[in-house]
Formats: sequence, structure tokens, C-alpha cells
Amino acid sequence: MFEIKSVSEKDIVIALAGNPNTGKSTVFNSLTGLKQHTGNWPGKTVSIAQGGYIHNDQRYILVDLPGTYSLLSNSQEEEIARDFICFANPDATIIVTDATCLERNLNLALQIMEITNKVLICVNLMDEAERKNIHIDLDRLSQLLGVPLVATSARSGQGLEELKDMVEKLAKEEISPRPRQVAYDDILEEAIRRIQPHIEKKVSNLNSRWVSIRLLDDDSSLMDSISKHLGYELTNDEDLNENLKSLQVELKVKYPGPSDLSDSIVSSIIKTAEDIGQEVLDLGESPHDNLDRKLDSILTSKIFGIPLMLALLGLIFWITIEGANYPSDLLAKAFLLFQDRLSLFITRLGSPGWLHDILVLGVFRTLAWVISVMLPPMAIFFPLFTLLEDLGYLPRIAFNLDYYFKKACAHGKQALTMCMGFGCNAAGVISCRIIDSPREQLIAIITNNFVPCNGRFPTLIILSSIFIASRAGEFSSLTATLFILFAIVLGVSITLLVSNLLSKTILKGLPSSFVLELPPYRKPQVGRVIVRSIFDRTIFVLARAVVVAAPAGFIIWLMANVTLGGLSLLSHCAHFLDPFARLVGLDGYIMMAFILGLPANEIVIPILIMAYMSQGTMLELASLTEMRELFIANGWTWLTAICMMLFSLNHWPCGTTLLTIKKETQSWKWTWVSLIVPTLTGLVLCFLVAQGARLLNLV
Amino acid sequence: MRNLFSLNSLPVGASCRVEKLVCQGLTRRRLLDMGLSEGTIVNVLMKSPAGDPTAYKVRGAVLALRSEEASKVLVKLL
Repeated sequence: MFEIKSVSEKDIVIALAGNPNTGKSTVFNSLTGLKQHTGNWPGKTVSIAQGGYIHNDQRYILVDLPGTYSLLSNSQEEEIARDFICFANPDATIIVTDATCLERNLNLALQIMEITNKVLICVNLMDEAERKNIHIDLDRLSQLLGVPLVATSARSGQGLEELKDMVEKLAKEEISPRPRQVAYDDILEEAIRRIQPHIEKKVSNLNSRWVSIRLLDDDSSLMDSISKHLGYELTNDEDLNENLKSLQVELKVKYPGPSDLSDSIVSSIIKTAEDIGQEVLDLGESPHDNLDRKLDSILTSKIFGIPLMLALLGLIFWITIEGANYPSDLLAKAFLLFQDRLSLFITRLGSPGWLHDILVLGVFRTLAWVISVMLPPMAIFFPLFTLLEDLGYLPRIAFNLDYYFKKACAHGKQALTMCMGFGCNAAGVISCRIIDSPREQLIAIITNNFVPCNGRFPTLIILSSIFIASRAGEFSSLTATLFILFAIVLGVSITLLVSNLLSKTILKGLPSSFVLELPPYRKPQVGRVIVRSIFDRTIFVLARAVVVAAPAGFIIWLMANVTLGGLSLLSHCAHFLDPFARLVGLDGYIMMAFILGLPANEIVIPILIMAYMSQGTMLELASLTEMRELFIANGWTWLTAICMMLFSLNHWPCGTTLLTIKKETQSWKWTWVSLIVPTLTGLVLCFLVAQGARLLNLV
Repeated sequence: MRNLFSLNSLPVGASCRVEKLVCQGLTRRRLLDMGLSEGTIVNVLMKSPAGDPTAYKVRGAVLALRSEEASKVLVKLL
């Protein structure tokens, strides 16, 4: 069971449930502010956030359950939401619903109301409903459902105080809801009546009517959870088992097909939701989402859809690259200043010279480099990306690209995880949690590395500027940008190709059913977006990078400074790799730079420069011209540049990403696959390009 | 089954009423979860640039369905 981090016994625990896109997380964030803590559900990759707030001197712990449409389809998220409500005994459950499509939301509400009495409905997005001319008779709705109800517009904070008051009343049992129970058809009701007394005897702390229905429906996932959390097998009871078996035989007559009974149960719940909706809803006449449709008709149109998407992504990259320059320099200078102090301090401690060099020039310098080149672009990219997410544009990207992913037997949402990979592949791998089919989730994780992350863009940009665009004169920056866009399109194509290959070989399967909701466009909450993306994504990724970079700095320093017969270890390794590297259009030093660049792709070029100049520490050249001359002096041609760019696009994921993959898949096997697949792709591609060009005498 | 079409065969702009879901188990539940039960009014909103999936308006929400799923929904034109 998910461990609730509470301060004391007296804390009141509240579960927050609801459909996706109902503003559930806005309610959560508004109530808890920044006092949040995210933990993983044991053994699952679904993370659950919890946070606290104080109301009338009482501390409340709010647990944000995964957003689901139902509890009956047995996806990971649904099982977790169900198990928490069932077995963690929250003092109350808030069901957040979307006022603009209430009927569908009531489906989940009715299912939760079968499990527990301690329920409160929060009808959110009231402001949006009003704009759309939708009126809801809230008193009547509360009456029909038999549970307390609060109307909110969480984005503007409206109704949240009332919500807290109502939660207090409910948790202190000042009100006792009598949730409306869905009435099933006579045969099932009769079966429930006959089995319920037997269950009541066995299970005291669960709703016996609900357990009866689940048992009759042969819900093995719930039975597993009952035996896990309550410690007994319901079906071991002979008396109960006999009754159950005979009732199931009787039910089989009426419901012969394998899922007929389940389907009928779902239909009854939906019918009840519809009936309630019809009684309380007054849908206005006006077609209320004209603006949304207009935007959609442009953003997903046959002609403009995909070009606009590329342009938008291009704009984000451009802002990120341009905007990160200055703060990166500033950070680097600050670190350099600090390095002098650190150097002085360590010398004063009387430590030997080699220790000083390892710590300062090895560990600290690598660390400083990684932070100063990684932090600014991430701190710009992630908020911009989160802004697009908040705006509601991301599902449109999935909508535009789904066809191609379906052809590759992959999930439409892989388009989203891929876009996240442009920022950082580790973050992209984490975002694969949104894909609920395990097979398609693995495909998305393994192929995430095929799109270049922020750390690899600098390599691509530098090489394309000095070797490809330098001849274009005035249009050089435009040529470089176009070349980068080409690299992106190539990355996406390889993603699709490899996804397809994986689903035909080691991850065989058909695409799972795909239903994507396209939520209305919403005005983004800029302040909140910045704070959340910095905390949830930027800091998180940076912390992992630091963990990998520090030991790597140590190793790089050793490699460059320990000499054998007049040559550094680095050079020895480079010479050893050279013949092999030349086959794929690179040289031994480039290969070593990629290998030593494992902690972070940003340090590949600096290591390479360091190696070419036979310096003991990493450095950056003042101008691109100098860099070009250095590379040419070391035997580079345009082909070397192309091959290095290709290899940068397709090689092993960085250390941070590998760690993340291990954590997400809980498997070394898939971590290795994620390392080998892109590396092999890169080697093959580079080999073909290099040998092809040489055969055709292009170089 | 006269006058019934599968949802994926309708052009953009069409309005229809759901008559029957011809699938079982998980796919059926997912479709029902999203509100595609019998009698529901559905409007065909737009197709994605490649022609599939298609977005539909269902009970106030916009849903995108691949043609495989939409073909399981039998509807009557309005």
C-alpha cells in the first residue's frame, strides 16, 4: 500500500479522485500549495502526489489519485485508485467532476459511491460551464446523488473555502451521506441479495453490496487486492464459494457471453448517470465552443497542422538556444570564481597536489560544466513546454501524429513522450507513464533517445554551423536551423522505424485501443507553470545529472592525466579505437569523447577539444573559427562532421537517462536493450554514410 | 440493421445517434467510459492531417478515435 507521510495520528486523510482533464490537479495544487511530496506506488510506475493543508487548526493530508474514467477496466491507474479508496480508509474522498461534461464524470462518481459512503462531489470548471451556457441544478444533483456537493472554479480559486468546510464536516461525521446506489437488472439484484449476507459475515470493513457485485462479476484483480491487503482469500470459504458458484451458473444463463455480465453492469451505471444528467442539466442553445473549433481547424488541418507543429517546436528550440547562452556564460563565470576559492581552500588544508587536481580540475570542473550548460536550457525549455501542455496543445500533437504511430504499431501518446524527449530524454522516459499498455510503453521508452535532447542540440548546432552552414554566408544561421530541423525529422523517422521494428520482433503485438480526449484550450496559468515545471522537471533532472557527473569528472581527469610511456590513457584508448572508429567515419578521439560523455551529452565537444589539444582539463574555445581550424588540423572533413552528428543523434542514452530507464522499467534487460538499440542504429547509419561517401569518391 | 452506419464511415460535419456497440470486453468498456452509450448524439468534428484518427464531439467533450475503434460504433444518421 502507498505509504502516507503524515505528521501525526490526528491528521485527516482525504483522497482526491476524478476523470483526467477535470482540473483535479489544479484543485490539488490550490489546496496544498507547494507542500507536496510525490512517491511511487510500490512496484508500479504510477506516481502519487500527496500534500497537506491546515483548515481550522486541523491538518489535512490530501492524496491525489491517478485520473481515471472508470474503476472497472483494471488498468494500473484504476487499480491503484480503487485500492486506495478501498483499503487505505481515507476519512473522505473528494470526487472532482467537470461541469462541462458532467454525465460522463458521473460514471466514475457512481462507481466510487458504491465503494464508500464518505464521498463529496466537487463540481469543478463552473466558470467554463457558464461560458458554454451549461446550467446545472446543483441542489437537485446533490439530492439525487445523496452526497454533499460543492461547486468550484479552481483556476480562479472560487469555491475552495466551501470545499474545505465541507470536507471538514464530512471527515468529522457532522454529515452522513447516503450515496445513491445503481440499480441493476432484476436477475443480478436477486443474485446480490442472496450472496450479500455471506459476504457481510466475512468482510466487515468493505461495502458488502459492492464486494458482492465484484465477486459475481468474477473480478479477480479485486480478489487479489483483498487477499493482499486484508490477508484472506474470500473464495476459500466453502459456504460462500458454493453459493457463488451456483449463482454464477444461474447468471450464465442470462449472460452467456464472456463479458455480457460486465457489459450489462457498465451499461446500468452509465444509464443511471444519464438519467441523473438529464434531470439536472440545462444545455444552452448556443454552440459554445466556436473558438476551440476554429483553433482546431487550423492547428490540426491537413495543410497547416504538421508545418505549424514543426514551426512551434522550432520556435521553442530557438528561444531555448538563444535564451540559454547568456545565463550559461554567467553561470560558468560564477563557477570559475568559486573554483578559485575552492582551490585556495583545498591548498590551505595542506592536501597534496594530485588530490587538489582531481577534486578541483576533475570533479568540480565537470560538475560546474554540466550544471552551467544544462540548467539554463532546461529552465527555459521545460516551462515553455509545460505552457503548451497547459494550453491544451499537446493532445493535438498526438492527434496529428497518431496515424504514423499506429502504422508503427505504437501508441498515439508516444508522440507526446517523444516531444518531451527534445527537452531531456530522462524526462521523456518518465513521461512514458502516460501510456497504459506495457508493450507500447516499453517501445516509447526504448526509442525516446532517437530524438535529440537539449544536451545534444549544441553539438548539432556547432557542427552544422562550422561545417555545413559556413559556406552559406549571410544565410548561415538559417541554413544551420534548417539542418537542425532536418535532424529532428530524421530523429522522428528513425523513432517510427525502430518502433515498428520492435513491434515486429522483441515486442510483438497490435496497437492497443486508443481513445484520446482533446480538452478545450485553456488560458495557461503562467506563474504556476513556471514554478511547477522548475520543481517537477528541471530540478529533478538536474539532480540526477549531478549524481552521474561527479564520479565521471573523476574518471575523465584520470584518463587525461595518467600517462603511460608519454601518452595519456585517453590517447591510448583513442589509438586503440581509431581503426574501428574510422570505419564509421569518426576517429578514436571522437569515439572516446562519446564514451566519456556518458554522464551528459553536453560535455562531448569539450572533452574532444581537450583531447585534441592534449590538455588535462576540459575547456571551451573562444570562437567557432578556432574550433574549425582545430578540427581540420586533426583530419576532419565535412563527412566527419556529418557522421559525428549522426552518431550524436543515435548512440547510447546518457547516464541520467539510463538510470531513469532502470528505475522506470525495473529491469536491467530493458535498460540494456535501450542502450544497444540506438547504438547499433548509429553505428550502422554512420558506416553506410561513411563508406557510401568514400565509394562515390565524395571525399 | 437497416440504415446503420459505422461511425468511421461518416464525413466531417455529420451528426448521428449511437445505436449499438459491436465489441466486447475492454474496448467496449473504454468506449462506454468515454460516454459512447446507446442513444448518445455524436458529431463528427475533424480528421487529423493523415485522415485518421477522427475527432468526435460526445456529450460536451471532444474525443479522438482511431478508425479501428470507431468502426465498432454503429450509428443512425440524424
